[in-house]
Amino acid sequence: MSETTGLLKEPWQYFDRQREAGTFGIWVFLASEVLFFGALILTYTVCRIENVAAFAAAGRETNIWYGTINTAILLTSSLTMAMASQAAASNEGLRRLILWCLAATAALGLAFLVVKGFEYREDIERHLVPGAHFGLMPTAAQLFFGLYWIVTGVHAVHLTIGIVLVIRLTLLGYLNKLQIDGNPEIQVTGLYWHLVDIIWIFLYPLIYLPGRAA
Amino acid sequence: MSMQSTDHRTTAQSLWRRNGLIWAGLMLLLTLTLILAYVPMGLLTPAAGIVIAFAKAGLVILLFMELAKARPLIRLAAMAGVVFLAVLFALTLADVLSRFAGR
Repeated sequence: MSETTGLLKEPWQYFDRQREAGTFGIWVFLASEVLFFGALILTYTVCRIENVAAFAAAGRETNIWYGTINTAILLTSSLTMAMASQAAASNEGLRRLILWCLAATAALGLAFLVVKGFEYREDIERHLVPGAHFGLMPTAAQLFFGLYWIVTGVHAVHLTIGIVLVIRLTLLGYLNKLQIDGNPEIQVTGLYWHLVDIIWIFLYPLIYLPGRAA
Repeated sequence: MSMQSTDHRTTAQSLWRRNGLIWAGLMLLLTLTLILAYVPMGLLTPAAGIVIAFAKAGLVILLFMELAKARPLIRLAAMAGVVFLAVLFALTLADVLSRFAGR
């Protein structure tokens, strides 16, 4: 067991309270994030109910391979993040495992962004950007792609923030500037990371799967 | 939350076993949702996608984020977001869907 007294910060008197407060704080923030993305998904839902055929036609135009590979990448990054978080919480001296898992998480997050970049390039080349040169026939398909760009864009921003946070922990831990074992910062960062994954879990069937069965 | 209270030590192997199993379940659900999307079942096809998304999110929230063994205060905070989201969806869709019923 590593000593955790070095991790205790103001204004907390006890380390367990500090850990509890950190977890509680991030969950409150995540609840607000759920409402933020939930409102966007609700907008999508209403538009889809009113334009069923156009949304099916638009969904068919997305690249299912990029979408599915990226879902697999994010789910795997949640595995490595959960490993790092639980290993740190166990306080059993698993420093190497924690650092490797954090590095893998950041790498998988970057891989997601690279795949997304290729997908965005293809979308732009195929004129799937709403506007005067939009490439699909049903006008309402622009609603789908308008929401597609907003939601995946905001998600990518969230993921980028997550990657920066995870790289920070990895570097500080590697350079011994931050105690890794038992550090609640890893758990808090992990909870944020998992939420970004959960949002993608819901975006996947809404963006990539409509209109496939027809 | 306090340190691990279980009597056995947490090792790298025990963590990989636990979390690897959850990951395998998530991958299985991803494969299933991809296959079902190509099966014409009418309204059940998009419904299957959403239901499987909830199953995947459930695994991540309860087991990766460890909400299953979190304290009541944490669960309450997590539930708050979901409850208000449910209100948002219920009230909006009650309006939108009832307009469509009249057409």
